[in-house]
Amino acid sequence: MPARSAFDELWGTSRGRKARAGFEPLAGWLAETPAGELERRQQAAETAFRTLGVTFNVYGGTEAAERIIPFDIVPRIFTAREWEQLSVGLEQRVRAINAFIDDVYGARRIIADGIVPADIILGNPQYCVQLAGTRPPHGVYAHICGIDMVRTGADEFFVLEDNARTPSGVSYMLENRDAMLRLCPELFGAFPVRAVDSYPELLRDTLQSLAPRGGRDPRCVLLTPGHYNSAFYEHSFLADNMGVELVEGSDLEVDDDIVWMRTTDGRVRVDIIYRRIDDFFLDPLVFNPSSMLGVPGLMAAYRAGNVTLANAPGTGIADDKAIYSYMPEIVRYYTGEEARLPNVETWRCREPGALAYTLDNLEKLVVKLVDGSGGYGMLVGPAASRKEIEAFRAALKAEPHRYISQPTLALSTVPTLTDAGIAPRHVDFRPFVLTGADGVTIVPGGLTRVALREGSLVVNSSQGGGTKDSFILSRDPGAPR
Amino acid sequence: MLSRTASNLYWIGRYMERAEFTVRLVEATIRLSSLSGDTRSQQAWRSALAVSGATAGFKQAGDTLSAFNARRYLTISEHNKGSIRSCLAAARDNARAARNALTREAWEAINRAWLGIRDRASPGGTQATLNLVETLKAESRGFEGALARMLRNDGYWFMRLGSVVERGDNTARLLDVKYYLLLPEGEEVGGTLDRDQWTTILQTVSARTAYRLIYRRGLKPWLIADLLIFRRELPRSLAASAEETVQLLGNLADRSGRQGEADRLARNRAAGLAGGTIDSLFQEGLHESLRRFIAENGAIDRAIARQFRFG
Repeated sequence: MPARSAFDELWGTSRGRKARAGFEPLAGWLAETPAGELERRQQAAETAFRTLGVTFNVYGGTEAAERIIPFDIVPRIFTAREWEQLSVGLEQRVRAINAFIDDVYGARRIIADGIVPADIILGNPQYCVQLAGTRPPHGVYAHICGIDMVRTGADEFFVLEDNARTPSGVSYMLENRDAMLRLCPELFGAFPVRAVDSYPELLRDTLQSLAPRGGRDPRCVLLTPGHYNSAFYEHSFLADNMGVELVEGSDLEVDDDIVWMRTTDGRVRVDIIYRRIDDFFLDPLVFNPSSMLGVPGLMAAYRAGNVTLANAPGTGIADDKAIYSYMPEIVRYYTGEEARLPNVETWRCREPGALAYTLDNLEKLVVKLVDGSGGYGMLVGPAASRKEIEAFRAALKAEPHRYISQPTLALSTVPTLTDAGIAPRHVDFRPFVLTGADGVTIVPGGLTRVALREGSLVVNSSQGGGTKDSFILSRDPGAPR
Repeated sequence: MLSRTASNLYWIGRYMERAEFTVRLVEATIRLSSLSGDTRSQQAWRSALAVSGATAGFKQAGDTLSAFNARRYLTISEHNKGSIRSCLAAARDNARAARNALTREAWEAINRAWLGIRDRASPGGTQATLNLVETLKAESRGFEGALARMLRNDGYWFMRLGSVVERGDNTARLLDVKYYLLLPEGEEVGGTLDRDQWTTILQTVSARTAYRLIYRRGLKPWLIADLLIFRRELPRSLAASAEETVQLLGNLADRSGRQGEADRLARNRAAGLAGGTIDSLFQEGLHESLRRFIAENGAIDRAIARQFRFG
């Protein structure tokens, strides 16, 4: 079992005997604070989330299924040195992602140079052929990226997944921090934690910097699918904190390739749309004709260069899991440097050798749909039943090109409050990377997701995952002030 | 302000008002029916259903007319679009969509009211329903309080506008149905008087004390009509509702620098009520006048939706 040998963010490999250098105050805090007290604070946080309405809807659920994501009171901590390394790597990766998208919708050099096979890009369902030749304002496509990172050892960080479409979860980073400041102020005395509360402002500045043309004061809005969407709380939270309007598709109209929003005083022109709805629903005239969520004519306005969409349509090509397997080559190709953040070793089942290896080792591997997300369409071999494995074997043989496989990683653990007291649980980490006209910004923080079931490696909220606050330290113990 | 947000706020106002009115109607009807025998209890509930505009729906649902069934239909039924539960669900739905335009306090008041009725499977006995009524009245006062502390801007005015439009409609329907039942055609105005019945009307619009203070005499049907129609000092009277509609639309116009059809209709209606007397109204016919008010109110509602592009 990976759990036994996993690296622990607090204890390292000492199995609870000795805290990692600089983390002693957290070990002390855990030892001194009675479990009942931790439990009480955790409940206070969850009660606050519920009254605030920090909820998500489970897909297919009715109103009764409005839930809060479980919150864990024990934070996950990154040292200043770790964060420095991560953020340099994240910036490099996101620059490469934007260059890649620009290329595949433009000159397609990477295909011509034989780095990535043409069919994997042009034949990809995520590739928006309608957008070939369209360049967004400032040449930026993936303005907001959520890069999912995992850790397996003291110096071993991997990128598990790139989210370049409409990554969510940043509201939890902010709300979790708020709860921790209220409920565990002593931890902020013990650790020099960097603030995350500037995120909404940075996001607004990033979006404003992307306006199509100067002159007028650009008007930015956040487009939500509406209050039945699972991430609606986050949409309303961000709009509120950025001071922009939260709009639905029906609030917008396109006239002569200009986007307007309907207000009680008449029409107001819109320049930048932070859209939290998928490409497929954006514009019924171009994509899904039955979509009620989008805005007819929006794509024409976008192609005319009259409105900025963040993220740009078509960015899904960069976070497809088949493309993911080429990321080391993609980073090298566009930045001229080796990728600072390694990928998890990945077998592309479209290749006969990789398929054969995968089929022979199903009980050891994690198998994923190339276009799946949210923990759906995924096999975790070591935890799967015979029957599940056989079902995947059949699916793999039928459509090998739809799958990739990866080794089952021993994800790092963090002490977590469970029914049986404090116990290690596996985590991942999603930092949010912003790209504006003037470059890349990363708020020192992110969303730590934790698999609350013992031994589980699936951290998705739809699959019983919870969240933790993530502390980024401004200086490490022993380092000069 | 986004037109949709304005529309969400307006409907929060309408649904919260409707919910509160229905709460009072149920409370007053329970009182009335407990004072009378079976036949008259049935009649009390039949008229409550009529006031709530639920007669046809109730019949369609196929329930026999009993106090319990009527109470259930008016309070927790999901099939009745006008039940307290449905109103609170709709108010909360609108509140969720317009969350950013509400104060936290206002949102929590609506959310709490909804949570208070969401899981009710039965109205229970009379006492249980009265307890529910008490809780809901408290929640509704909480909402009014939260509203009173809101910034006086578009958001506040749209919500108030929804309340006063709904309020006028409710009072007119209450008076229309009850008068019709209590004074069958041919009977003299001022004939024998069913005190309990008339008290029910006053209780539904929380005006028992107001009546005594203003008229200082026993219950007279025409004075009750006068109070509910013409007395501007009674917040739930038609005159007060008409006047407040004009004011709220005026606030919005001051802000935007534009008036429209809704302003014009609202002003005409308020002027008509300000110049009217109960005698002239009885000459036109009470039922006809109330029907006219309800129709005008509907026209104002539609004009508001057009003017502010509710879409």
